[in-house]
Amino acid sequence: MSALGASLPRPRRRSATGGAGGLTIGVTTLWLSLIVLLPMAALVDRSLQDGLGTFWHAASSRQAVSALRFTVLISLAVTAVNAVMGTVIAWVLARDSFRGKRLVNGLIDLPFALPTIVAGLVLLALYGNAIAYTKWAVLLALLFVTLPFVVRAVQPVLIELDTEMEQAAYSLGASKATTFRRIVLPNLVPAIVSGAALAFARAVGEFGSVTLISGNKPFDTQVSSVYAYKQLESDNVTGAAAVSVVLLVVSLLVLMGLRLFESRVGRRG
Amino acid sequence: MAEARGGGFGRIGLRVAALAYLAALLIVPVGVIAYKTFAPGLGHVIESVTTPAAIHAFWLTIEVTAIAVPLNAALGVLTAVALVRGRLPGKRVIEAVIDLPFAISPVVIGLALLLVYGREGWFGDTLASAGVQILFSFPGIVLATVFVTLPFVVREVAPVLREVGDEQEQAAATLGASRLQAFRLITLPSIRWGLVYGVVLSVARAIGEFGAVSVVSGKVAGETETLTLLVEKRFNNFDLSGAYAASTLLALIALLTLGFMVLVNRRRELA
Amino acid sequence: MNLIRPAVLALALTVVLALAATGCGGSSDSSSDSGSSSGGSGSGGQISLVAFSTPEVVYDQLTPAFQKTAAGKGVKLKSSFGPSGEQSRAVEGGLKADVVNFSLAPDVDKLVDAGLVDKSWSSAPHQGFVSTSLVSFIVRKGNPKGIKGWDDLLKPGVKVVTPNPFTSGAAKWNLLGALQHGGLGFVSKLISDHVPVQPKSGRDALQTFTGGEGDVLISYEYEYTTAVKKGQKGLELVRPRDTLKIENPIAVSKAAKPVAKKFVDYALGPRGQQLFADWGYRPVDAATLAKNKSKFPDPSKVTTVKQLGGWSKLNDSLFDPDKGKIAKIEDDAGVSTAK
Repeated sequence: MSALGASLPRPRRRSATGGAGGLTIGVTTLWLSLIVLLPMAALVDRSLQDGLGTFWHAASSRQAVSALRFTVLISLAVTAVNAVMGTVIAWVLARDSFRGKRLVNGLIDLPFALPTIVAGLVLLALYGNAIAYTKWAVLLALLFVTLPFVVRAVQPVLIELDTEMEQAAYSLGASKATTFRRIVLPNLVPAIVSGAALAFARAVGEFGSVTLISGNKPFDTQVSSVYAYKQLESDNVTGAAAVSVVLLVVSLLVLMGLRLFESRVGRRG
Repeated sequence: MAEARGGGFGRIGLRVAALAYLAALLIVPVGVIAYKTFAPGLGHVIESVTTPAAIHAFWLTIEVTAIAVPLNAALGVLTAVALVRGRLPGKRVIEAVIDLPFAISPVVIGLALLLVYGREGWFGDTLASAGVQILFSFPGIVLATVFVTLPFVVREVAPVLREVGDEQEQAAATLGASRLQAFRLITLPSIRWGLVYGVVLSVARAIGEFGAVSVVSGKVAGETETLTLLVEKRFNNFDLSGAYAASTLLALIALLTLGFMVLVNRRRELA
Repeated sequence: MNLIRPAVLALALTVVLALAATGCGGSSDSSSDSGSSSGGSGSGGQISLVAFSTPEVVYDQLTPAFQKTAAGKGVKLKSSFGPSGEQSRAVEGGLKADVVNFSLAPDVDKLVDAGLVDKSWSSAPHQGFVSTSLVSFIVRKGNPKGIKGWDDLLKPGVKVVTPNPFTSGAAKWNLLGALQHGGLGFVSKLISDHVPVQPKSGRDALQTFTGGEGDVLISYEYEYTTAVKKGQKGLELVRPRDTLKIENPIAVSKAAKPVAKKFVDYALGPRGQQLFADWGYRPVDAATLAKNKSKFPDPSKVTTVKQLGGWSKLNDSLFDPDKGKIAKIEDDAGVSTAK
C-alpha cells in the first residue's frame, strides 16, 4: 500500500505536520502546557527554592529512598498483574458471552467512581484480618484502584479488531493459543502497554486507600505519597516538593521505558 | 465464524479466571458496600441522599463533571490525533507527560495548584487584584478534576487510532474530502468505542476524585463540598450508613453513565 | 470550510469564560447536613468559619443558636471542617476565613506568619483558646487489659494505637502526653514495642481501633464523648492520673468584620461553652466548667505544652522530620520492623 501510495501524486493538504493539522498540534501543546506543565514547573521551582543541596538532602533521606523503592516496586508488580488479568478480562468481556456479562462490564469502572476512603475501608473489612498493614494490603488496594485501566484500554481495540486474520489462522489449523500469541497479541500490545502505563502511574500516586490499609510503617509499607504528606504536614514544603519531583522523574522514566518496550514488541500500524 | 479446535476448555478457563479475579477484587467489595448501604432500610437511604447537603453535593459533582469531561474529551481526541497521526518531536516524552497526572499523588496535585494559583503562588497577586477566586471555589475543583482525568480519553483513543491506521483517511483525502469531513465520517466512527470508554472512565474518575479536590476545594459546606467530600465528612461524623449511601449514589452515576454511552453508541451503530 | 478550528477555539473560550465567571463570585445556598441552616438572610453580614474536623458537631448547634441572638440576627455562616493542618494550609493558600478554630496553636501561628491573623490572638481571654481536653485512653468495654495509666501501655503484649504525629499535627498531643509521663525513653519503648500501626489521623485511629485493632487507643477525652453520643458502642474511657492538657485555639482574621468577633464572643460565652461541654470539650469559661464538673474530673497531674517548653521548642527538638528526637525514634522503630 505504502509503496503504491508513494508513486501516486500526493493528495493536497498533506502538511508538514503529517496527518494532524497545525492547529491541532498547537492547541494540544497549549492544553498540555497549561494543565500539566505549569503546575509541574511550579513544583520543580519550589523544590529547588532552597538550593540543590537542600533538594538532594530531602530526596536522599533514608525514609525517602526506602519509600521510593517500595512505591516503584509495588507499582511495577501491580502493573504486571494488571497487564495479564486486564487482558484476560477484556478478552472475556469482548469475545465471550454469558449471563450477567453486561452487569460485570458495568462494574469495571466502579473502582474509579468510589472514593478511595470507601475502597480502603471495604477492603480492610473484607481482607483485613489476613493482610492488614502488610505489603499485601498495599498490593490489594492498588490492584483495586487500577483495575479498569488495562481492561478498558484493550476492550475497544478488541472490539475494532478485524477477525479475518484469526479466521485465516484457524482455518490453516493453528491452535487458539498460537493464534493469540502470533496474531492477536501484537495488535493488543499498544493498548496493553497504554493501560499498563496508566495503571503504573496511578499506583505510584495513590494515596487515600493505601494510607488506610497499609499502616504506613516507615521502611516497610510507607509509600512516597504518604512520605511527601508527612513533609508537608511538618511545614517542610520544599522537602515535600523535592520528594515529589524525584518520584515524578522516576515515573517519567518508567513510563518512557514502557513505551519503548511497546514499540519493540508491538506491531506498529 | 470459524472456530479453533480445543476452544471450549480454554474459553471456560479464561472466563473462570477473569470472574474469580473480579469477584475477589471487585464484586464482593461492591456487594459489601451495597449491603452496608441498604441494611438500615431503603427509607433511610433515600433520606441520606436527599438532605440539603447531599443534594447540593450531588449537583456540584455533576456540574464539575459536566465541564471537565467534555473538555477533556474534545482535547483528548485532538491530542490523540496529534500524537498518532502528527509528526511531533519527542513523542515518547509527550506520552509520558500525558500520563503524569496519575503519577502525582493528590497531595502533590493540591500543592502544585496552590503554588500556581494560591495566595502566595505565581498568579496569586494577579488573581487577587482581579478579584478572581480560583482555588477554594468552583473553578479550583474543576481544575483539579480536569487534571486528574486528563489522560483518559487520549489513552483510550490513541491505541485504537493506531490500530485502525489512516489508510481510509488518506483514501478519502485523495477523493477530495476535507479534513473535517474525513475526521467526522471516518476517524470519529473508528474511535467510537475508545471514545466511549474514555468518557465513561473520565466521568467515573471525575465523580470519584477525592484527594486533589480535598486540598483545593476548601470544603465549605453547601458550597464546595462534592459527593466524595461528603462521604468523608460523614465517615468522620460517625455516620457510616450515610457515607455508604452517598458512595452508592456515586456508583450509580458511574453505572448509568456507562449504560447511557453504550445506548448512544448502539443507536449510532444502527443509524 | 474547516470548522474544527473555530469550534475548538469557541469551546476553549467558553470554558475559560465560564471558569472566570464562576470565580468572580457566584455562590449557592448554604446548608449543612444535620439540617442546621447556615443561611441567615445575610443582612447581618457573613462569617466564614474554618475549623478542625471534630468540633463540627458543636458548631452544628452553636451556629443556629448564635443566629437567634441579637448579635447574630441575619448573619450568614459558611463553615469548613477538616484536618487541622490541612485547614491551616488552606487558609494560608487563600481559603477565606473570618474565624479559625484549630486543634493546636502552631496552626494559628502559621497564619500570623502569613500576615492573616494578628499576633495578639494569644493575648485574648483564656490565651486565645476556646476549649481544652486531656490526653486519655479509650479501651474496650470492660477494660480487659486493665489499663489504668501510662505504664500499663508498656505491659507485655499490650498493643497501642495512636495516630502518626507526622501525618497529623493534632496527633502530637498524644506523644507529648507520653513524654510528660516518662520522657523520651518511655516514648521510645512505646513506639518501638507497642505501636503496631499509626493511622493517618485521630479519627482514622478511632476507626482502626473500633475495627478491632489494638487494645488501647491514645486519644482525646472529647473523642470518647462524641463517639458515644454518635452511637459507638463497646468503648470505655480511662483517664490516666497524669496527663497532658490539650488546648484548642480560636482566632479572628485580620480581614474579618466585627460580627466575626461577636461570634467568637458567643463561643466563649456561657451558652457557647455549654455546647462545647455537651460534646465532651472542657470549657475555658470557669463558670461553665464548674457547672459541668461531674463530667470533667481532674487528674492528679496535668501538664501543659508551655510547661514542656512551648510548641516552638518542642517542634524543633522533637518533631523536626530530619533532626527531631521523635523522628529518630520513628525511624529506628521503622527499621526494626522492616523486613
